[in-house]
Amino acid sequence: MRLMGMATAIQSKNYLEAFNDLEPQRQASEPLWLSQLRNEAWSVFSSNGFPTTRDEDWRFTSLAPLTRTAFRRAAANETADIGPYRFDGAACRLVFIDGRFAPALSDASTLPAGLEISSLAHALKEKAEGVEQHLGRYVDIRRDAFSALNTALWEDGAYIRIARGAHLEQPIHLLFLSVTGETPTMTHPRSLIVAGQASQAAIIEDYVSTGDGAAFSNSVTELVAGDDSNISHYLVERENYNSFNVSTLRLEQARGANVSSHSLLLGGGLVRNNVHPLLNGPGADCLINGLFVGAGRQHLDNYMLVEHASPNCSSRQFYNGILDQHARGVFHGRIVVHKDAQKTDAKQTNRNLLLSDDARVDTKPQLEIRADDVKCTHGATIGRIEDEPLFYLRSRGLDETSARNLLLYAFAAECLDRMKEQPSRNFVEKLIQQRLLEIASAAQPVPSEPAQSAPGAEEDA
Amino acid sequence: MSLLEIKDLHASVEGHEILKGVNLTINPGEVHSIMGPNGSGKSTLAQVLARRETYEVTGGEILYQGKNLLEMKPEEAACEGIFMAFQYPVEIPGISNAYFLRSAINAVRKYRGEDEMDAMDFLPLFRENLKLLEMDEKLMNRSVNEGFSGGEKKRNEILQLAMLQPKLAILDETDSGLDIDALRIVANGVNALRSPERSMLVITHYQRLLNYIVPDFIHVLVDGQIARSGGPELAQELEETGYGWAESETQQALPA
Repeated sequence: MRLMGMATAIQSKNYLEAFNDLEPQRQASEPLWLSQLRNEAWSVFSSNGFPTTRDEDWRFTSLAPLTRTAFRRAAANETADIGPYRFDGAACRLVFIDGRFAPALSDASTLPAGLEISSLAHALKEKAEGVEQHLGRYVDIRRDAFSALNTALWEDGAYIRIARGAHLEQPIHLLFLSVTGETPTMTHPRSLIVAGQASQAAIIEDYVSTGDGAAFSNSVTELVAGDDSNISHYLVERENYNSFNVSTLRLEQARGANVSSHSLLLGGGLVRNNVHPLLNGPGADCLINGLFVGAGRQHLDNYMLVEHASPNCSSRQFYNGILDQHARGVFHGRIVVHKDAQKTDAKQTNRNLLLSDDARVDTKPQLEIRADDVKCTHGATIGRIEDEPLFYLRSRGLDETSARNLLLYAFAAECLDRMKEQPSRNFVEKLIQQRLLEIASAAQPVPSEPAQSAPGAEEDA
Repeated sequence: MSLLEIKDLHASVEGHEILKGVNLTINPGEVHSIMGPNGSGKSTLAQVLARRETYEVTGGEILYQGKNLLEMKPEEAACEGIFMAFQYPVEIPGISNAYFLRSAINAVRKYRGEDEMDAMDFLPLFRENLKLLEMDEKLMNRSVNEGFSGGEKKRNEILQLAMLQPKLAILDETDSGLDIDALRIVANGVNALRSPERSMLVITHYQRLLNYIVPDFIHVLVDGQIARSGGPELAQELEETGYGWAESETQQALPA
């Protein structure tokens, strides 16, 4: 216990160091409101620290591997090979290397009408009011340590504004790349997306890493969806097995806003995916769709907090998990229906396939209903690949790997079918197919014992 | 050379011996029928031929085109030309029939070192066979067997048979659960697929199916052994006498 305490203290020192390092930058170029917000966030984080498994929201995920690793801010690194991660069907691309904007690798030369996009740091200089109006207004730094840490330490991220009535045909690709090496590094990307009334767009947040060292990405995105807007957000996590990734997506939905959140957790070691929509105008509609695919000792935790604050809103949560070897998955789906949110229609389904005896999933629905005229349903299933369909496919000539792959794909296809917008769907479909083939052919080596600093499945000491 | 030679085959399921020394030879182009009472081992024989791993072969051998079938995996047997129409076809949500069929055809072609079948070749053959089995093309965009009626499932099995063009087709109680119209369609499909290059093993409990698919030989399987073999006329005799005589005959034949 004493050792753990000491380790935590050392690690807190690293975050403090990072906060102090950024002090000159804050002094020189940041508006007062932001410095104050950062100071407040820092004081919340430093007094509360990271949550433990005694915290109900973190019951199934031990942060011990994260808290005992000493992460540092990465040195400036302006170039990397993004070739393998390029997505040619995008309207534009912003690339961030170790949390810092890489203009040379980004492509926002020709933008569709109605789209304004830049790095957040840039927007803060050029359009401070537009940023101030929204940044930090939606995430709750008092409730969530990672949002507080992000608020205190973010250096850059994307700033996206979609004009009223604008329809973007192609998705926006945000690529966050961590260059990993011997020293564990940390980044805290912060993005702000403001979608105007009746606008339509898709945004892909894509997390990748080069090398097989440890990196910690702690991102926060605030997405404000105006009246009757139609927005799709994709989170793609495909970092290496030694990565720590905490992604927080806070959706603020106005009247009639229709938002889809699609999360694809394919990589990473210890991953926490927070999706928190607030349905804050009548008739808003939210689809929360996800697929998590884990092997080795991956730990993939999905925490949904769906808040119904207005009447006549609907929310749909569908998460499918595929877990092999020693991987662990979590689905925690919390639905809060406020007193005035009558005629709420909320649904939640979590389906899981466990491919090995050592794989595990914890699934937890949590309903808090304060209105009386609501419809809330939830359900969860855990299954295996059955012998019958496997034999059926093999008896028609498919080899075992192809047969397993086809059955995994069929299970994952439910999630793909909910992605209505084709370019993004095609992009993620390829990534999913690639990942499922790895799982089906069990190409992943099983680590015998977790290395000292490896993230992933672990019980609290 | 005969297509299939089963010699003194013994097989168990979960430790219970079901097949107790089966001998059977099938030559190219021949249609054999295996009849017999429930529990006599008919389906076990089919599953062993399709190489289902839960059925353990404890003795004897099976030569298929001169090769040891018992060393083959299910997919190898399939690619070598063995096809079993399932008694209970499996539902596979999320995979469309059309995709499944193309995957299967291309898996077999790949095994044989042939190029993948392209849409130009696939579609005409596919439509022709759909017509043969009086199936709606719309069914093909639906998931494999999902929500299909009993008759549709069995017709879908014969459709796969028609598309995969096996050398040995095993029909495992394909008639069970079929009404007379569906039985006629299935039997027409099967008869259309009879050829000098294709042998068939038709497994059934009832003589009814054999009115439509007339076999060259009938074997009566009783308690894990073939108790009697004969020509198509044997079916009629069984219809009149039932299996009671066969059971007493084997018992008499067994050493006391």
